[in-house]
Amino acid sequence: MPSSATLAKLPAPSFELVQHTLDNGLRVVLAPDRSAPVVGIAVLYDVGMRSEPEGRTGFAHLFEHLMFQGSANLEKLEHFRYVQSSGGMFNGSTHLDYTNYFEALPSNALERGLFLEADRMLSPRITEENLANQLDVVKNEIRVNVLNRPYGGFPWIYLPAVLFDSFANSHNGYGGFEDLESASVGDAKDFFNRYYAPANAVLAVAGDLAVDETLELIEHHFGPITKRRKPRRPNFGEPPLDGERRERHDDAQAPMPAVAIGYRVGDPVRGLSGHLAMLLLAEVLSDGDASRLQQRLVQRDHLVTDVSAYLGEFGDPFDERDPSAFTITAHYPDARSLDAILAAVDEELDRIATDGLEPGELDRVRTRLVSVLMRELDSVLNRTLEFAKFELIYGRADLVAELPGRLAAVSEGAIRKAAATLRPDRRAVLELVAGGAQ
Amino acid sequence: MTTPVPELTKPRKARKLSLAERTLDSGLRVVAVRKPGVPLAEVRLRVPTLSARPTHPARISLLSDAMLTGAAGLDRSGLAASVQALGGDLSVSVDADRLLVGGNVLATNLPALLQLIASVLIEPTYAAREVATERDRLLERLTIARSRPGVIASEALGLRIWGRHPYAVDLPQPEAVAATTAAQVRRLHDELIRPDGATLVIVGDLSPNRALGQVEKALAGWTGAPLTGRVPALSASPAGPLLIVDRPGSVQSSLRLGGEAVPRSDPRYPALQLANLIFGGYFSSRWTENIREDKGYTYGPHSRIDHHVLGSTLMFDVEVATEVTAPAVLETRYELGRIASLPVTESEVAAVRQYAIGTLALGTATQAGLASNLSALAGVGLGLDWILEHPARLTATGVDDVSAAAAEFFAPARLTGVVVGDAERIAEPLAALGDVER
Repeated sequence: MPSSATLAKLPAPSFELVQHTLDNGLRVVLAPDRSAPVVGIAVLYDVGMRSEPEGRTGFAHLFEHLMFQGSANLEKLEHFRYVQSSGGMFNGSTHLDYTNYFEALPSNALERGLFLEADRMLSPRITEENLANQLDVVKNEIRVNVLNRPYGGFPWIYLPAVLFDSFANSHNGYGGFEDLESASVGDAKDFFNRYYAPANAVLAVAGDLAVDETLELIEHHFGPITKRRKPRRPNFGEPPLDGERRERHDDAQAPMPAVAIGYRVGDPVRGLSGHLAMLLLAEVLSDGDASRLQQRLVQRDHLVTDVSAYLGEFGDPFDERDPSAFTITAHYPDARSLDAILAAVDEELDRIATDGLEPGELDRVRTRLVSVLMRELDSVLNRTLEFAKFELIYGRADLVAELPGRLAAVSEGAIRKAAATLRPDRRAVLELVAGGAQ
Repeated sequence: MTTPVPELTKPRKARKLSLAERTLDSGLRVVAVRKPGVPLAEVRLRVPTLSARPTHPARISLLSDAMLTGAAGLDRSGLAASVQALGGDLSVSVDADRLLVGGNVLATNLPALLQLIASVLIEPTYAAREVATERDRLLERLTIARSRPGVIASEALGLRIWGRHPYAVDLPQPEAVAATTAAQVRRLHDELIRPDGATLVIVGDLSPNRALGQVEKALAGWTGAPLTGRVPALSASPAGPLLIVDRPGSVQSSLRLGGEAVPRSDPRYPALQLANLIFGGYFSSRWTENIREDKGYTYGPHSRIDHHVLGSTLMFDVEVATEVTAPAVLETRYELGRIASLPVTESEVAAVRQYAIGTLALGTATQAGLASNLSALAGVGLGLDWILEHPARLTATGVDDVSAAAAEFFAPARLTGVVVGDAERIAEPLAALGDVER
């Protein structure tokens, strides 16, 4: 049990949250906070890389680009111009289980921002010309982030192919060029009709807003969008591995080898307590110079340049439904060290599972983690995105405020138990072979 | 029939910030700002370290990496554990101008974090064993950094722009790092890491006056002035032919251009800032709309104004597909020539003015954002007033001012450039456009 001193020391954020569902099924979360004249607006659609069809790898992300290319009442380029000339910023990103679109704006642009999001939920302008242009842009995005960069896409693109079996979980979410090139306007329209229904989305607005007035604006702009069926989401879960898997990935540009060790972890939503124990384990292993793997691999054994343990395939523990993954990555100078690194990782996990944590270790790691989670909520845009994400993935925006308390309830025993599940026969090891080594 | 885009409503004013500042007897300037939001405090200690000594880049880099490896009887993991237990984090970074100790902590634990920072400043250990560990890691990280095309390009451009000035060196040379000893690092700390001329910025959920008292108490033992040497003035950067740096097999070319700009205190600065936004400083810029949204040559071009203590530079960067390298350079020069020789429009200026005002507010709306901005401003003798008064300066800047700044600074003949890519495929097409150098 955590000491009462710890619980008292841990501050918890509190938010006013208002929730509402429109007749067309759009779920709305409002989080008023009038301390600064800025608002965040986010629309999350319940479709991500895991839902793209075979032969269409990268389609969810390509489609995200198409959502910026004009809509029912807006020409190409107008979306960007309206947001930015109002003093705001925008972006969108594609995740494994969802896709988000968002703006941070001065609060006097609130209605404009709502209009812009409603307009593309109503009808994006998907044309041959826009598709061809954004295909080129996306290929250049992949070149800059993956193909022309040492360690590009490592491990997020390559580890899932070793760790998971189903197409949904194992394919390259950025997409192969051949698949991207075969995408058509018809595919995009089908994708929109199927997945971009109001009932398949969450709208969150946070910051300088009046609740009643904002609900009226939302009803006015989003209410007329026709109701469509919410698509059924398949269960993508895969049971833990029952034997070790090892693969090699050649990186012609990398000057030093690297390794990614992945483990499948269970349903984050139904098993949140266990998931939080896994999250604290990741911090015990690699957060800062006092962490287990930094001390062992960097400072004592001098085997690696850096090491990192994280929960969630993109590094955000709350970003995906079943399945999720626990990953340990390291860069190291000598390719012959791999077995020693794996042995040391196993030994450290075993030490936690067998001997537990040092006095004070859990308290300090937990205090820091709570501080990090709150720090991320200081930005109105991050708050907006977190409320929307927790509503979409967990069905509970208010879980954001409860996390410190839930973390405080995680026992040392739960962390030992989490460590005990990360066995060698349950891991997938992807070795990056450095083709650029001299 | 199209629906009109909603107008902006009346803007709401931001709340006033309360600030306290004091220059301590040691010469350390301290600025504390109350900014509630999350119960945290952000800390930025900026120590000037500019030096023209040839051994300096390697020694200050290693100093930065080894600074938190022990102090006042705490070993490396002991120090890290102490910071973590406060819900805190500390990190050290350097550039040519300064060393920055950055951190954040639960606001109630600010005094304790300041004590730990004091111990690092006053009694750092730099144990030979830890310095050796960090030396090896630094060498490995340099190898990785120099395998990235962007780093290769910025090193080549730095040499072009800065010549023999210390600003040309962003990363140290491996031979110099390998030859650096713990004793040399300790001596450098003793010579340079001194309070006279340094600035400490603290922003958070705190009382500014109480924070000043806490700093005064915690840092009472940190005294003295740095041992400074002469640093040559900047000379005007030469234009000259486009330098081609060969990186065989690159699927993209990294184009970098640089030229002179003016600092934030210059009366021409607001006009130059707006001209830069119109050209390539935001998504709705001419450069982006041309080579991304129209032609698909790139994922995104960016231009920006970099500020150093001795001067400011206009920087342009873009990664383009190898096969369209020459056309992308052609379009870039076209846009540069167009903005330098034809006036900008009223609507372009109105859009970027609002964007600059809005994003300044967003960028300083978080504790971390405000702290980093204030710290950077402090380095050139500016403060919170600059942030508060800047919107009025932008509002007073008209089309003629922006056109004049564009004519003065964006002329392609005034810029110097490099391109890193597969020379075999790009050299000939580039040579067809004008002088190139290998």
